[in-house]
Formats: sequence, structure tokens, C-alpha cells
Amino acid sequence: MNKITEITGASASGDVTRAEFDKWFDERFEFKMKEMAQNKTPSMSIIATKGTLDWAYPPFILASTAAALGWKVSIFFTFYGLLLLKKDVSDMKVTPVGNPAMPMKMPFGPDWFKNIDWPVPNAISGNIPGFENMASGLMKETFKSKGVASIDELREISIDEGVEMHACQMTVDVFGFTKDDFIDNITSWCGATSFLPNAQKSDITLFI
Amino acid sequence: MTTQEFIAAKELDTTGLNCPLPILKTKKELKDMETGSVLKMVSSDVGSLKDIEAFCSQTGHGLLSSQEQGGYYVFHIRKN
Repeated sequence: MNKITEITGASASGDVTRAEFDKWFDERFEFKMKEMAQNKTPSMSIIATKGTLDWAYPPFILASTAAALGWKVSIFFTFYGLLLLKKDVSDMKVTPVGNPAMPMKMPFGPDWFKNIDWPVPNAISGNIPGFENMASGLMKETFKSKGVASIDELREISIDEGVEMHACQMTVDVFGFTKDDFIDNITSWCGATSFLPNAQKSDITLFI
Repeated sequence: MTTQEFIAAKELDTTGLNCPLPILKTKKELKDMETGSVLKMVSSDVGSLKDIEAFCSQTGHGLLSSQEQGGYYVFHIRKN
């Protein structure tokens, strides 16, 4: 009995026909592909480029959730996104100016009051001193009352779950930061050249 | 299915918390538990109905029950 006959299960007497071999190969190939897909750890690379309170949420929510699902996650913080790695993120702000989709809601009072979307024109939100601080405060308060995690909390969970934090070296130099301004758990200080090969191998790559 | 069928080794209350905190806290809780033991998780986030299901199917933990009880969502999860 020749070995190919044994493997493919073809009749012992004759040679393996091309059709028999193809059938065996197709089945085997499908089985191996499924096996590989099952054993593979999904991976995600995020590029975080924005440093306002509203834009700080998506990278950390997605990263911490993916890590909870057992995925391998890395985030590359560049440009204003680098601010998300500062030790103190409590001064993070959101601006309603030029942001027409942002609802202005009050975090206190009865539900009908909280649900009003206050129409604030740019001329007002852009010209009244302190308006941005107020809007940021209202958003933080609303998030808190709705049980949404703070940026600090999500970042800490992400780090605990093994999310890799890569910080853009060039941004530090350009904006005149020092490394002391940032958290200690930064995986690496690197540039686009180091991060791209990482993104290339990821199943999901997001630019936020 | 009723909740009485499962003896939960641990209980986790995530009421008042919103997405993705119930999932993150569940993951953390399961990490320190023994394989095969059951975690009871209570949530007030309607999104957790679908999220816990997706979480279990991705991570291989067994979702034994998932039900609504007076505005709360109760899950029994067997650690993989």
C-alpha cells in the first residue's frame, strides 16, 4: 500500500486519482484553516491623535474592552493624542465651538430638564470666558451620573489588562514636553517606523 | 431557567455602571476565580445583555443564564 493511499483513504488496490487527492486536500485545508482561526489571538492597533475629553474615550473604551476579550492591543499616541498619557488628565476639556453635534445637557434636575439639548450658538460659546470650562464640567458630571468610567479609570484598566502604550517621540520634542509629564507605564517611546510594522500584523487598525 | 439552579461562588454588582465597565469588571472578577466555578453578575445596563453574550462567546466562558429581573439584568457565568 503506498503512503498517499493510506493518508487519503483511497482504495488500497489502485493509485490515488487526482480527484481523490483534490477532495482530501480540500477537506484537510478547510480543517486546518478553521483550526488556525480558532487558535489565533485577535489583535488591534489604535492610533490616538486627539486630546480632548470627548475624543479621549473611544481609544480607551475600545482598548480596554478588546483586552477584556483576550485580544492583543496596542495604542500609538501621537500629536494631541499624546496628552492622553499625561499623569494628570483631570484638566481635559471638550469644546462646543465648531462642534455642532455636541449636545449641551444639564447633569442635574428632573429628567425632563436633563434631557433638554440647550441650543448654544458658537457666537456665545466662543466668546464667553470660561464657557469651555463650564461645558467640560457639565459633560464630566453627566458621564459620572450615568455611570460612565473616567478617563483615568479606563486608562488604568487598559494598562492592567496589558494594553501596550506607545508614545510618539517626535510629539514630545515638538510640543516641548518632558517625559516626567507622562505616566510611568509607557511601553515604548517610538516613531511611525516602529509602529507601522506592528499595525501591519494587526487584524484591526483604527485611526482615532 | 431559574437562577436557583446555579450555585454562584461569587457575586458581582455592577448596577449603576455603564458600558464598558460591567464587562471590564466581570473580566477582572473571573480572572481570580477557579475554573468551573460560577459568577453571578447583576447589571442595570441594558447593553450588557448582548455584551455579556459576546464576551462569553469570545473568551470561552460559559453563559449559563441571562435574564431580566425587575429592571436589572442577571447573569450566571461559568469560568473557562
